[in-house]
Amino acid sequence: MESVLESVKKQKTNKLNAKLGRRRAFSSFMVSLTILSMLLALTPLFSILGYVLVKGIPALNFAFFTELPAPPGEAGGGMANGIVGTFTLIGLASLIGVPVGLMAGVFLSEYGRNRFGKFVSFLTDIMLGVPSIVVGIVVYALVVLWLGGFSAYAGGIALAFIMIPAVTRTTEEMLKLVPNHIREAGLALGIPKWRVIMLIILPTALRGIITGIMLAVARVSGETAPLLFTAFGNMYWNKSLNEPIASMPVLVFNYAISPYAEWQAQAWAGALTLILIVLVLNVSARLVTRKR
Amino acid sequence: MKKRYGDQLFKAIAYIFGCSIIAMLGLMVWEMFRGSSFALDKYGLGFLFSSSWDPVTEEFGAWPFIYGTIVSSLLALVIATPISIGIAVFLVEVAPKWFRDVVGFLIELLAAIPSIVYGLWGIFVLGPIIREYIAPVFINTLGKFIPFFAGPSFGVGIFTAGVILAIMIIPTIASISREVIMVVPDAQREAALALGATKWEMIRTAVLTYSRSGILGAMIIGLGRAIGETMSVTMVIGNRPEVPDSIFDPAYTMASVIANEFNEASSDIYLSTLIEIGFLLFAVTLLVNIFARFLVWTTSRGIQEAK
Repeated sequence: MESVLESVKKQKTNKLNAKLGRRRAFSSFMVSLTILSMLLALTPLFSILGYVLVKGIPALNFAFFTELPAPPGEAGGGMANGIVGTFTLIGLASLIGVPVGLMAGVFLSEYGRNRFGKFVSFLTDIMLGVPSIVVGIVVYALVVLWLGGFSAYAGGIALAFIMIPAVTRTTEEMLKLVPNHIREAGLALGIPKWRVIMLIILPTALRGIITGIMLAVARVSGETAPLLFTAFGNMYWNKSLNEPIASMPVLVFNYAISPYAEWQAQAWAGALTLILIVLVLNVSARLVTRKR
Repeated sequence: MKKRYGDQLFKAIAYIFGCSIIAMLGLMVWEMFRGSSFALDKYGLGFLFSSSWDPVTEEFGAWPFIYGTIVSSLLALVIATPISIGIAVFLVEVAPKWFRDVVGFLIELLAAIPSIVYGLWGIFVLGPIIREYIAPVFINTLGKFIPFFAGPSFGVGIFTAGVILAIMIIPTIASISREVIMVVPDAQREAALALGATKWEMIRTAVLTYSRSGILGAMIIGLGRAIGETMSVTMVIGNRPEVPDSIFDPAYTMASVIANEFNEASSDIYLSTLIEIGFLLFAVTLLVNIFARFLVWTTSRGIQEAK
């Protein structure tokens, strides 16, 4: 009798063991799938970086940074005006976007802890999701039609529209990280609230805010869609900010879809320069926030 | 107590800048509405479902673009979702700490690459790969029974656009899912493991079930990005204003028709039509984002209550 019971028990444990083995095997299989998905996502990253390096470096020479674009189909030339134009546009956008974003962030963190502030915070999130091409149309209707033509101003304003919600969001988050006792200590000393904000709270959160601004600049420096019908593009140097201005992303776009091999080669060089700008901004943003 | 004019002034200034966010969004809605009212008056809502697009005879219908946007973004979502969840799970549950930081940085880098560079890579690298290697696999299997997967593939088309979009939204979905998964309390994991669950059973029952609505929110935010993405899609989708018969056919999206034709719009009605398409795009992304924020917000609030 006992032996029968034993064997039944044994059979059961064997069955359970076999089942456990299957469950474990399935578990390892699923875990390895997560590793595979990571590799799948990183493949395009390395492919893009590899191609941009391999195809971009041969076309990167001194002329690329100093000369104007060559006429279609001719060798030589560069993107000097595009590089200067991109930095001009970033400068204009930062001139508008940084102060507005910063102050809106101050509002959300220091005065916005009520229903109205929550509403503005929500709208900031919504604005972050607005397609950049839509910003292009709005600035076209607002600025280009008003000034009577494409201009660097219009391009800068379009990029500012994209920068503002990003700067607002990070400023708010960074200011909210400042402990409340610092605010209270300042107020307890009899310092007016606005001076507490400007002289104590903002400097405390400065590193984080600078990181946020750098990431916002990195984001807009590669933006193309909002520039197509605001800054437009220009094959020559600009005489004023009230005329169309060249930019790296728009030049890369026009060159990439052109049928000329010389232009396509320069598009890769332009892409390499753009990636380098974005990468330098991203890495230095990380260095700013890294703990000492 | 003496009045502090400085404080009141500063508060007023802060409020003005806070209101500027509302003003900007309001201005965008108003300008889009004003710009498209001409086309809205002329074509009405039938515009959305008409598929003829002929600027010469001024016949405009938005259906090919709406269709292209829907199909390419859904395709992107279908490809990107499992991969992104895999990455998020890998980063939180599987990878060792040092490796987590490295991969996290690389995924962020994927998000930082400008859209125009994706487009360039799409034209010269991804397009030919899809034409030579990936499309024939589908065309020779599924394509034999389902016309929607039939060939030929030219390298540019709705499928290539979907793949590029998938690559571009993976960092978004993965990073939000990662945050959602990270706030799952350890007690949940420990409980599952204590009941004898294997690692995967623990992830499925304790982690993924707990964070599902947050992940859904992440997917919808990713979808919003895919719908509005312009440059890379414009460069690889083929730009043909017709409803495609097959997933490998060239097509057009709402964003890319604006990017390509806005500067060429020769008549007021043409321009107004393009703005109307932009308005529709704007409205759709607004709704999608509001819904997604709402989802992510309710999840994080639920988690705070559970704590």
